[in-house]
Amino acid sequence: MKVLLGIGGSDDSIRALEKTVERTANVGDDLTVAIVDNPAGERSREDIETRVTELLDERGVDAPVRLLDGDPGSALVDLAENEGFDQLVLGGGETSPMGKIQIGSIAEFVLLNSHVTVTLVR
Amino acid sequence: MSDRTFSDAVADPYDAPPLSFTDREDRTIEVRAYDGSDEEMEALVEMYDAFDPSDRAQGIPPGREDRIRDWLENILDEDCLNVIAWDGDEVAGHATLVPDGDAYELAIFVHQTYQRAGIGTRLIKALLGYGRVSGVEKVWLTVERWNRAAVGLYQTVGFETSDAESFELEMTIRLAEPPDEEGG
Repeated sequence: MKVLLGIGGSDDSIRALEKTVERTANVGDDLTVAIVDNPAGERSREDIETRVTELLDERGVDAPVRLLDGDPGSALVDLAENEGFDQLVLGGGETSPMGKIQIGSIAEFVLLNSHVTVTLVR
Repeated sequence: MSDRTFSDAVADPYDAPPLSFTDREDRTIEVRAYDGSDEEMEALVEMYDAFDPSDRAQGIPPGREDRIRDWLENILDEDCLNVIAWDGDEVAGHATLVPDGDAYELAIFVHQTYQRAGIGTRLIKALLGYGRVSGVEKVWLTVERWNRAAVGLYQTVGFETSDAESFELEMTIRLAEPPDEEGG
């Protein structure tokens, strides 16, 4: 399966990265990692890229890493649709102090606009 | 970190618990602050264990007893404010304020058996009264926009919509003047 993972550096996107790389190592998906500009993210692009390559090396997964500019949600949807991906994977949201699940703005946009199947990692 | 907006105006001061009233089904309901005991915690676990999953909001209450316990341990912590509506020994509803920086996040749950009896309004007013006397300045919550009953309840007690751009509405209320303002 051709999988596009979109991450912007929030904690839930790092969790999605770890779980997706793990899954890829186990089932042999064809993975592409796209790093987007998440204004709400706390990590720099360089830090995210380092984390991605470390994790891919650790698990022996060979996956291209792409840097996407512009609005993150639409850049991900465009790429997934134009390059024939089967699935678009994103972080599944953060939890509030109360424990309520809160979906990020990128995931909201992707859910409402993507014609490619979307997976939110919890 | 948060760019949440709060009204400048302080909301109506509601009475703090303990208090009691007769609900629309003629049940005598007592509202009290959580006393920190294991007995009250177990009564809450029982209420949430029997909670209708269709009334869940953004993943809470969780759906399994071990997860309910983890969640309750977190929100029954000493720095949180918890108010319980009792019908005898049975929990009819529970409302909580959980600290989040300089504000508190609010949630309220009324068990299905006790809904549409006027308990939610009394319970949330009691919680806001408890918050006011405990020095809470600002409170926020999120609510699914289709949940009109809940949105209506929050508006009735003085919450205003502060962010309508996400799946959930964010609403806020001010219980006290900011500490550094004149005449506060």
